[in-house]
Amino acid sequence: MEFNAPAGENLFDKARIVGKSTPRIDGPLKTTGTAPYAYERHDVAPDAAYGWIVGSAIAKGRITSMDVEDARNAPGVIAVIAAPETKPVGTSPYNHAPLFGGREVAHYHQAIACVVAETFEQARAAAHLIRTRYDREAAEYDLAELAPQAPLADGGKALHKRGDFDAAFDAAPVKIDATYHTPDESHAMMEPHATIASWKGEELTLWTSNQMINWGKEALGQILGIAPEKIRLDSPYIGGGFGGKLFIRADAVLAALASKAAQRPVKIALQRPLIFNNTTHRPATIQRVRLGATRDGRITAVGHENWSGNITGTDGEDGTAQTPKLYAGANRMTANYTATLPLPEGNAMRAPGEAAGHLAFEVAMDELAEALAMCPVELRIKNDPGAEVPGDPSKRFSERHLTRCLKEGAERFGWSKRKAKPGQVREGRWLIGMGVAGGYRGAPIQKSAAGVRLSGDGMLIVETDMTDIGTGSYTIIAQTAAETMGLPLDRVRVELGDSRYPVSSGSGGQWGAASSTAGVYAACLVLRRAIGEKLGFDGDSADFTDGAIRANGKSFALNDAGEMSADGEMTYGDFQSDYDLGTYAGHFCEVAVDAYTGETHIRRMLSVCDAGRILNPLSARSQVIGAMVMSAGAALTEELAVDRRFGYFVNHDLAGYEVPVHADIPHQDVVFLDTLDSVISPLKAKGVGELGICGPGSAVANAVYNATGVRVREYPITLDKYLDRLPAIG
Amino acid sequence: MSDNEHFSVSRREVMAGGAATAAATAIPVASARAAAEQAGQVPTMPVAFEVNGKKVELNLDTRTTLLDTLREHLKLTGTKKGCDHGQCGACTVMVNGTRVNSCLSLAVMHQGDTVTTIEGLGTPDDLHPMQAAFVKHDGYQCGYCTPGQICSAVSVLEEIRQGIPSHVTEDLTGTMQPTRDEMRERMSGNICRCGAYSNISDAMSEVAEG
Repeated sequence: MEFNAPAGENLFDKARIVGKSTPRIDGPLKTTGTAPYAYERHDVAPDAAYGWIVGSAIAKGRITSMDVEDARNAPGVIAVIAAPETKPVGTSPYNHAPLFGGREVAHYHQAIACVVAETFEQARAAAHLIRTRYDREAAEYDLAELAPQAPLADGGKALHKRGDFDAAFDAAPVKIDATYHTPDESHAMMEPHATIASWKGEELTLWTSNQMINWGKEALGQILGIAPEKIRLDSPYIGGGFGGKLFIRADAVLAALASKAAQRPVKIALQRPLIFNNTTHRPATIQRVRLGATRDGRITAVGHENWSGNITGTDGEDGTAQTPKLYAGANRMTANYTATLPLPEGNAMRAPGEAAGHLAFEVAMDELAEALAMCPVELRIKNDPGAEVPGDPSKRFSERHLTRCLKEGAERFGWSKRKAKPGQVREGRWLIGMGVAGGYRGAPIQKSAAGVRLSGDGMLIVETDMTDIGTGSYTIIAQTAAETMGLPLDRVRVELGDSRYPVSSGSGGQWGAASSTAGVYAACLVLRRAIGEKLGFDGDSADFTDGAIRANGKSFALNDAGEMSADGEMTYGDFQSDYDLGTYAGHFCEVAVDAYTGETHIRRMLSVCDAGRILNPLSARSQVIGAMVMSAGAALTEELAVDRRFGYFVNHDLAGYEVPVHADIPHQDVVFLDTLDSVISPLKAKGVGELGICGPGSAVANAVYNATGVRVREYPITLDKYLDRLPAIG
Repeated sequence: MSDNEHFSVSRREVMAGGAATAAATAIPVASARAAAEQAGQVPTMPVAFEVNGKKVELNLDTRTTLLDTLREHLKLTGTKKGCDHGQCGACTVMVNGTRVNSCLSLAVMHQGDTVTTIEGLGTPDDLHPMQAAFVKHDGYQCGYCTPGQICSAVSVLEEIRQGIPSHVTEDLTGTMQPTRDEMRERMSGNICRCGAYSNISDAMSEVAEG
């Protein structure tokens, strides 16, 4: 069905199950270790051999020789797949870097060989017997060196102007001009990329860990040169993705190739030290923000330029993404430049663009507030743009409640206690500071399909290739189906992640929750109508509650319908293009900085979120706090250190790439405003999983400044960058 | 699912499972025999220990970690491999009542030991109180670090009960309290990239308070 006009009142406005805090239906499996992840499928491939991937030791150049004889003769070895002996595999629109084959090396730890053996230990030992020689090419790996020559992104189109920014900025009585650096970051999901591949004749099955089942199926067809219909992907449980598992990676490609060579199933998990350079990452950015305002705090000029790089010179990290949406200002300029930078492939990581963009833009707002001697909450509220998108007046906001987020947040957080002048609050050895940031993340929605099936014995089974990457898809899909079919939650079973099921939106871009539940709703409506036709009532107007159906004064049991099934899909009409569909948040943070050592502790965090109907407040809150944690990491600890001589990320494991741990994170508060968005879907719900990483890190940075009076514009804010500038100890 | 179905590794299955690496005798499967012949070229050692109350005897390639023994030989895949380098804590299990990173420990070092994995704490139909608290407080998202978090959480409360001090213990002579800071400090070897820390803290506090 097509969603072609804003939703009116519907069954979700009287919901009994949707919108209620519900423990995850997959919780008992996950907490007992009985949810099977990709590498663990002894049930489907009990005789799988073990693969071990060898990564390139150079970043750019050519393999001149590879000696694999000792590896082939090593104990237990079944096959060795060597890149120089293998024609390069194909590419797909989803990949930038080559995945495998040939002698050319495009980035460090590109897969160059795979050893398959009877055991994991044998494969690993044999892989170390491969001797590879290279002809290494020199290259420039420093973004700062490449940025001045970098072309505008999007084929030269990524320059957007409105009014006369230069004149307005020149004339502004109060202005700031600041440049920020965000580093390369890694998804670092806990489950390594992993695949078991098995061929039956020309048919290939992959039990893998992938966020986007249908993209993966299509891409793998192109990569391997076989028809996608011959490929099955199955990912019922995914140990985190954050964008890192949107695409087919070397584990899937080499498991498929190795399984063919070994003539039996092969399982491969990317070794952790390979993941950081072999797979994708969030590219580093350099961002210059210029803001001009009247003395009473009306913004008159907004300028935001962004530089990043990527291996193909396309698809960098666009830090300007939120800037046209957040605040008023008649004269505007945003520009996005992408350099060709032969580091490993940059690609989507949680809130691509906005996550890095907020770290610059929402700190620039803090700097402007200080220049104006104005409260930073007030500055943001004063520049609320009203109904029109300030950077694109052809669109209006569907729903936007940023001002309410900021006001409620300020009230709850005790913002009035903040001292505007930094470095003023001291508790023993600690310097205390508070920070605020606004947050915006787009709310894209995608077509999504599902199948629903009545088993005849009182169960409803939902099947869709949607994935649950920790986002809570299983539960919100069950809630949606239970609500629509009038069943208790425990009468619904949800099957996800199998490419044999109807094609869903998949999980990415915080579109998954809104899109997949709308698709399930569409399928349930088709089933209701079919039941109505069978039993003689109008399925659309009938009341389905507690396993009973009431229509035209008659009453039926849902079980009277017997075994029935229906497929349905939700698609979206053009009317949505008149709107900007977005989510908003007010983020608050309090930090304590050790006056002697500069060590920063986050003491409190609060995010007030405006994201439409919240389908399951329990898991939605977890999405937001988890994103706040990742944002805190971006602010304070996370950085892939680039070796600018040899072109790779040096700290390529979980010891060197520092993500937040328990001791770094305090109790976190999340508030969801009770907002509904009738433009997005019949459920009036939007995603939250990426909203939570758009702004909290800026609030941390602003709090560190408020505590210390030292502004660090180069992330992460580690103490080596400010220790010598801390206030004198009095 | 009953306890038995949940972990019903018989001696026969253990032997078959071990055959991929072991020079086991009388495995009536051609591929397994070929495997054993190949594996015979590398040193193996017999080892016997107890896992979740059941005795297991294996003949293992000496390079096999406790983690891979659990996951690949005993098919106890609840214990996760996140890094294989002792950096993430996903592989946490209890050995003789003390938590360890099972990826950093070779199986043959555990002769006679008692190992408890996530599967030994509870089952979907009979959750351990810590597992139930994780479900209630949503102390996980993707679920991959979760078994390690839960094994650590159970161990941490026991360490505090035994009065074993940590970096943040304020009073080394008084009765140790399961404060939030104590728990966070001790849990910091278990990374959760989904960032469920605040919820895990709530779950642990609930269990600690009984």
